[in-house]
Amino acid sequence: MKTVFTFILLALLPHQHDHSGMVKIPGGEFRPFLLSERKNRKVKVHSFYLDIHAVTNGEFLAFVKANPQWQRSRVPDIFADSHYLKQWAADLEIGDGRIINSPVTNISWFAATAYCKWKGKRLPTMDEWEYAAGAAPVNAKPGQQLSRIILEWYDHPNPAVLPAVGSTYKNSFGVYDMHGLIWEWVEDFNSVIPGGENRGAGANPFVCGAGSLGTANKEDYAAYMRYAFRENLQAAYTVSGLGFRCAQDTE
Amino acid sequence: MAVICLPARPIYFWVFDTLKFRKMKKNIAPKSTVLPGTGTTLSGLFLLLIYIVLAGCNQASGARTKPSDTAAVIGEMNAELTHAPFVPNSRGAFQPEKVIVKIEVVEKVMKLADGVDYTFWTFGGSVPGPFIRVQEGDEVELHLSNSPGNKMPHNIDLHAVNGPGGGAEATLTVPGHSSIFTFRVMNPGLYVYHCATAPVGMHIANGMYGLILVEPRGGLPRVDKEYYLMQGEFYTKGRNGEQGLQPFDMDKAIKEQPEYVVFNGSVGAATGSNALHAKVGDRVRIYVGNGGPNLVSSLHVIGQIFDKVYVEGGNQVNENIGTTLIPSGGAAIVEFTCREPGTYNIIDHSIFRAFNQGALAQLIVSGPEDKVVYSGKIKDELYQPGNPEAASADEPADASAPDLPLAERFKQGRVLFETNCSSCHQPTGLGLPGAIPPLAKSDFLMNRSDKGIGVLLHGLNNEAITVNGNHYQGVMPQLPLSDGQIANILSYVRNSWGNKSAVVQEKDVKKQRNP
Repeated sequence: MKTVFTFILLALLPHQHDHSGMVKIPGGEFRPFLLSERKNRKVKVHSFYLDIHAVTNGEFLAFVKANPQWQRSRVPDIFADSHYLKQWAADLEIGDGRIINSPVTNISWFAATAYCKWKGKRLPTMDEWEYAAGAAPVNAKPGQQLSRIILEWYDHPNPAVLPAVGSTYKNSFGVYDMHGLIWEWVEDFNSVIPGGENRGAGANPFVCGAGSLGTANKEDYAAYMRYAFRENLQAAYTVSGLGFRCAQDTE
Repeated sequence: MAVICLPARPIYFWVFDTLKFRKMKKNIAPKSTVLPGTGTTLSGLFLLLIYIVLAGCNQASGARTKPSDTAAVIGEMNAELTHAPFVPNSRGAFQPEKVIVKIEVVEKVMKLADGVDYTFWTFGGSVPGPFIRVQEGDEVELHLSNSPGNKMPHNIDLHAVNGPGGGAEATLTVPGHSSIFTFRVMNPGLYVYHCATAPVGMHIANGMYGLILVEPRGGLPRVDKEYYLMQGEFYTKGRNGEQGLQPFDMDKAIKEQPEYVVFNGSVGAATGSNALHAKVGDRVRIYVGNGGPNLVSSLHVIGQIFDKVYVEGGNQVNENIGTTLIPSGGAAIVEFTCREPGTYNIIDHSIFRAFNQGALAQLIVSGPEDKVVYSGKIKDELYQPGNPEAASADEPADASAPDLPLAERFKQGRVLFETNCSSCHQPTGLGLPGAIPPLAKSDFLMNRSDKGIGVLLHGLNNEAITVNGNHYQGVMPQLPLSDGQIANILSYVRNSWGNKSAVVQEKDVKKQRNP
C-alpha cells in the first residue's frame, strides 16, 4: 500500500512541483507601457515561476518525440502555419548541431501552449512577461542600459545561426535573454487591441501618429515594436525570430 | 436635376466599358452600378445619346466624389516597378484597370557612404522603395510580404489611399507573412508611401519610403526624360564619415540632427558614374520625394530653372521656380529644359546638407554649347586687395603617425575628396573647363616635387598656373585639414583617373607644414 502511494506521489510530483530551470519572480507592480486602457494605474503581478531561459530546439525535440501529433508533417494548418519548425532537417531531426541549444523558433502559440502544458506549466501572461523583462541587467557591459541592449539588437539583421540561450544578459530576477535574442509568445498576446482592422472609433496605437498617444514612455521604441509585433500575430503563426518560455503558478 | 445628373458619367463609362469589352473579348464582365446590363451595342449607343444630352450637368455635381471613381475596372495587370533613379513607363490609358503591386520588405546591411554601412529596412531591397505608377480610377491590389529572415513587423501607409491608416492597419505583417489589401486611386498626384509600424520614425529613418504616382487619365504630358529621386536623412551613432557598421541613434533623431542627408539612400547614389543623364534640348521631369523622417527639403538644381513645378505633387503648377519646398513625407514634380551641356548639381539648398552631409545628386547634360544662353567665363581680372593671413593648422600631426598602406589612404581619401574637393574638381577629377583645373592626368599635380602638398596646405591665392597647357587663375581655399587628411586626399587623387604615384604619408605633409 505504501509502495503504491509513493508511486502515485512520484507520478504527480514532477508536474506539480518541478521548478527546475525556473526562477521565482517575486510579486510586485509595474507601470504598463500602454496607458490607454488602464490610465496611470500600476499593474499588480503576483509571484510566479519563470523559465530561466527560452525553450531550446533540443528541449522541443523531446516534446515532439513524446507527442507525435506535434511533428512538422502531422500538425494541422489551423494549429501551425507552413513555416512551423522549418529550421529543422526533418520531423524528428534538428539537423544543424549548432542550434540545439538555441531557442526554438518558428513555433505557433498552440504549439508553445501544448509544450508548456506537457511540462505542467503555462505561457506567461503579457503582464508577467513585461514585468519580468523590465528588470535591469546584472551582467551587461558597464553603462549598457536595457534600452540600448534592445536597440542594438534591432540594429542588426537576424544572424544566420541563432545564438544559444543564455548568450545575452541576465537580469536582476535571474532570468536570461529577455531581450536581445528572440521575440517571445505570451499567453494573451492579442489582448491589447481587439483585432487589427479598425475603421471605427479609436485608433490602433501601433500605426502612424496614433502611436504617440497613451503610452508610458514615447522614447521606449523597443516597447512599441514589441507590442506592434504581438498585435500582428495570430495563434497559428510561426516566425523565424519568435520563440517562448514557460511560467508556472507558485501555489 | 442633380439626381438625374449624377448617373451621367457612370452611364458613359458603362457604355464605354461595354464597347471595349466586346472588342477586346476579355473574360471579366463589366459591372454597372447604375443600370442592369442590357448587353447590346444599340442600347449602349442610345445611352450614350442620353449621356451627351445630360453631359452639361456634370458641373452641377460640384466637388463631391466623381461616381466614375468607383466604377468597375476591366482587366488586370502586374505593375511595372522600378528602382530609383528610374521611373516606369506611363500607361497613357483612359481606362482604369486592376493593378497588382507586389513589394517585399527586406532588412539588410548596405552602404550608406564609402566605408560606412547601415542596417537598412527597405521596401524591395533598396532605398527608396520601388516607384509605383498607376492611373486615376485604377484599383490597386497591394501585396506586402515581410521576408522570413527579417526581425521586425512592418506595414505600408500610402498617402494615395483613402482609408484608415492609408493601408497601414491592413498590412501590418510579421516576418514570413504577406498581407493583401485593395484601394481605389481617386486623386491624381505624386504621393509618398512609408512604413507606419510604431515607432514610425525609426522605420522611416531606416529607409522605408518610396513614391506612388497617380496619373490623371491619359497620363501626364510627355517629356523626354523622367527620373526618380528621394531625399532622406540618416541618424548614425558615429559622426559623418566614421567608418564601419553604424547603428541608428535615437537621440539624434529626436533632436533632428542627422549625420547624413542623401538622395536615393546613400552618399553618391546619384552622382559621378551614377549620375542622371540628358541631352541638350531634352525636357526633363524629376519626381522628387522627401522621406524625411524630419527635414523639409529646399530642392534646387544649380544652373537650371524649373519651367514647371507641380507644387507638393498636386494639380497646382507653378512656373519659373528656382527652389521649391518639399515637406517631409511629401513630394514634388519638377520639369526643366536642358539648354546647355554640363554637370548640374541637384541639391537640398539648406546648403550644409549638400556640402557636408551628402544631399547631392547630379544630372549630366551632353550636347552642343550655346554661347548666347551661357557664355562661360569671358574674363578673369585680379581683384584681391590683400593676402589673407595663412592660418596655422588646428591639428598638428602626431609625430609618431604610422605609415599607412596606399589602399587605406586611398579609401579614406576618397571620402574626404568627395566632401571637400569634388564639387569644384568634379568626381571625375576633370575640373570645369576654363574655371577649375583638372586633377586627372594633370602635369601640374603629378610633376610637382612637393606632390601637391603645398597647394593643399596653403591654398591658391589667385596665382596663375598652367595645367596641361591651359591657363588658370583663381582661388583655391585653404581648408582646415590635418596632415593625415591631406596625405589621404593626395594619395587618392594621385592614384585616380589614370594618375599613378607612391602613397603620400602624413610625415611628408608634416615636413612641409613645419619645415
